[in-house]
Amino acid sequence: MKLKWAFLSLSFFVVTLLSGCNLLVLDPKGPQAERQAHDIILSASIMLFIVITVFSLLIYMLIKYRASKQSEDYEPPYIEGNKWVESIVIGIPVLIIVVLSIVSVRSNYIVESAPEGYEEEPLVVYASSSDWKWHFSYPEQDIETVNYLYIPTNRPLEFKLYSHGSITSFWIPQLGGQKYAMSDMVTTLHLAADEPGEYMGRNANFNGKGFAENTFNVKAMPQADFEDWVEEVKETAEPITEDKFQELLEPGHLGQLTFNGTHLEFSPAPEGENGGHQHGNSEHDKNQHSSEEASEH
Amino acid sequence: MEFFDRFAIPHPSPLIYASMVAIGLTVIAIIAGLTYFKKWGYLWREWLTTVDHKRIGIMYLLSALLMLFRGGADAIMMRAQLSVPENTLLDAQHYNEIFTTHGVVMIIFMAMPFIMALMNFVVPLQIGARDVAFPRLNALSFWLFFMGAMLFNISFVIGGSPDAGWTSYFPLAGNELSTSVGTNYYMIAIQIAGLGTLMTGINFIVTIFKMRAPGMTLMKMPMFTWSALITNIIIVFAFPVLTVALAMGTMDRLFGTHFFATTNGGMDMLWANLFWVWGHPEVYILILPAFGIYSEVISAFARRNLYGYKSMVGSMVIISLLSFFVWVHHFFTMGQGALTNSIFSITTMAIAVPTGIKIFNWLFTLWKGKIEVTVPMLYSLGFIPIFTIGGVTGVMLGMSAADYQYHNTMFLVAHFHLVIIPGVVFAMIAGLTYWWPKMFGFMLNERIGKWTFWFIAIGTCVAFFPMFISGLDGQARRMYTYSESTGFGIWNMLSFFGAILLAIGFALIVYNIYYSIRYASRDIGDDPWNARSLEWATHNPVPDYNFAITPEVSSSEGLWDAKKRGHTLFKGPYKEIHMPSNSGVPFIMSAIFFVFGFAMIFSMWIVAIISAIGIFACMAHRSFEQDHGYHISVDEIKQTEAKFGGAKE
Repeated sequence: MKLKWAFLSLSFFVVTLLSGCNLLVLDPKGPQAERQAHDIILSASIMLFIVITVFSLLIYMLIKYRASKQSEDYEPPYIEGNKWVESIVIGIPVLIIVVLSIVSVRSNYIVESAPEGYEEEPLVVYASSSDWKWHFSYPEQDIETVNYLYIPTNRPLEFKLYSHGSITSFWIPQLGGQKYAMSDMVTTLHLAADEPGEYMGRNANFNGKGFAENTFNVKAMPQADFEDWVEEVKETAEPITEDKFQELLEPGHLGQLTFNGTHLEFSPAPEGENGGHQHGNSEHDKNQHSSEEASEH
Repeated sequence: MEFFDRFAIPHPSPLIYASMVAIGLTVIAIIAGLTYFKKWGYLWREWLTTVDHKRIGIMYLLSALLMLFRGGADAIMMRAQLSVPENTLLDAQHYNEIFTTHGVVMIIFMAMPFIMALMNFVVPLQIGARDVAFPRLNALSFWLFFMGAMLFNISFVIGGSPDAGWTSYFPLAGNELSTSVGTNYYMIAIQIAGLGTLMTGINFIVTIFKMRAPGMTLMKMPMFTWSALITNIIIVFAFPVLTVALAMGTMDRLFGTHFFATTNGGMDMLWANLFWVWGHPEVYILILPAFGIYSEVISAFARRNLYGYKSMVGSMVIISLLSFFVWVHHFFTMGQGALTNSIFSITTMAIAVPTGIKIFNWLFTLWKGKIEVTVPMLYSLGFIPIFTIGGVTGVMLGMSAADYQYHNTMFLVAHFHLVIIPGVVFAMIAGLTYWWPKMFGFMLNERIGKWTFWFIAIGTCVAFFPMFISGLDGQARRMYTYSESTGFGIWNMLSFFGAILLAIGFALIVYNIYYSIRYASRDIGDDPWNARSLEWATHNPVPDYNFAITPEVSSSEGLWDAKKRGHTLFKGPYKEIHMPSNSGVPFIMSAIFFVFGFAMIFSMWIVAIISAIGIFACMAHRSFEQDHGYHISVDEIKQTEAKFGGAKE
């Protein structure tokens, strides 16, 4: 009876937990987040089975073999171990781990590649962090925003992540899991949004005093609306200059800002020959030089 | 005055000034007390210069309890700050320092000395030895740890605490982004304590390999000794990595090198890798001795031999090997790609198998037993369900694609607290209660002990389960505040409530010690728990020489054999016992290390050089010293044994 109640209340708890609360991670709005939510629910359910097994065994042992339930002169036997019992105890977990490993490996390749089933080419957005803000550069559209991100729905998104300082982590829970942004290399995060709407985005990796407020807003909209917005930005926004950008990099919090052009032109991302681990200094210098030239135009 | 500026706290607040005053008053009170009661000589002769593994164990224990309250105070402040949205109890900087020191103190200065305390006290007794292999080195280990801990703890009143997280990732921990001396404290204090730990590792491996009682083959060692052996082997392999990483970090901060800088070919990711190459095995350094304690306690109070001894040993060996092959799971999100993540995802989840074997073996040890629910047993029984929940969420975190969603969130925080608290803290309290009569000759009160357990167990669940939910709802860890619209408020309020229950539980432990010192019976015999292994075959509390006659065993349960199967543990007449003599050098050398560390932290080079010479002078002194120890005569042994209520034959 006790067991049954324990089981019922446990499953009730899990069901409320997973569906009732509308938790961000379990309320996916894109294919990558969906895959991850699927993995979470799957592994949680299998793990629940293990938890229930352990709990039941423990309760059984405690009820059955309490000293108070036994006669005074009962002497527990000497039991060395049993091949069969131990094989089961090893075998079942091994099977579970094999199943989870297969799922895990497949998911890895899915979340690490561009989401499938979309016709268009991915939209590339460079997302770089500085203390304590996010700069979003759209090279294709040649515009840049700070602390907010507009994206088209139903089109793969390819985020190129890097940092102007400490390690940060770019995370939009409802679209997919996070990835680090570091100052000496560019990492790539593949996402896509299936539904228009506003989503929370933030830096998830601790980076000092302003960490708690290191957030940004994400707005997903149909392609047409996105194009209208780009047009509007191109007509109204100020151009971004090197001086202005240096000012933006100063530690602090800024509101939402919009610019024409991107900082990538004069301050390129640390990829390819600009990467942090290029040891040929001459090449590095040459590149610095050419970028200076570019900014003079 | 510029010279003195660096000692100022970069970020003072009334709380810190209050603690300064409190520290000052405590120091004055201790000095005054020692002088008034004329205890300086006693302190020096019996404790500061001791090389006795039992006394060193007790000193580790006191330091661990002290640090538990230091780290606990940090925890309560954090939970209080987060209990309501947009709280202003602490500001960002203060919060950052607190979660950094909470992590460092709890792992390195609380959990580590706690396992060292129990290993030091119990292992030589369990294997029937008189002391560890290198008693004086053991004293040096303790004092280095202690000075490291004290150095780290003065940071918040002199110069400022580290504030880059207990993982201290570069470049955040570099000079550019962490301008105070806080991270210097981190690098150097942990280094000094870590040297002590490494020496302990070597010491215990030799002790366990070379000093076991006659008849105790490796596969006849009690399970706690087995866990200690494997733990120390991990220490010897893992700690040098930390030593090197901290040395490189120190050079980056003090001497302008660029190992972890982001310019001139430095690599910030290298720190993360080195840190976790040490950091993950470190987790098993903490948990394996705990597993050993549970094996002892569960078998003792189920009144049965441990089920599956061989698979228990085998699973620990496998865990220790795997622990070195999973470090990347601490940063699946660093962008190393699907293949690397897949490999580390599988190795991570694989650890669940040997861990599962252990859980089931404990459950089967209960099978057909005669379970007596004493306080140590209560912690062991509470450990199984809570640790299972913490453990299976670890498997979930091992799913690397899903980990992109858990990483850096409260979900992760919930996971590691729900393995470390039942895994390590419960075990330490269980071990403390179980071996307390061995240490002090009286038992801790069972009634208060049970109340304590319920406060701690329920507190743990209430404090950490809500974090699973807020984590999945997008609450990142290490945020000092959040807005009301996020909806995290309710979960954090629950956590705060759980933290209060935990605080009450820990306070009850202290009350229990006080109560039991005053009221507990001193007449408890040598084997109050009706236990099975060798440490219970000598007196309570244990005489200096441990065993008057070296015991001989034929199984892992020497005492049980003697009680139930007519095995004779102690054969032959008393013989003279050779003992190591006390020495003040370990204490003095460690004190100089403290000065050296402090000088390094504040770049006071002349002091640093002089104290470094002092350290080498201490080592040279040891090389030329003639010390053959001393002997306890047969008469003296007879007298002592008589005093303890008759000889053990």
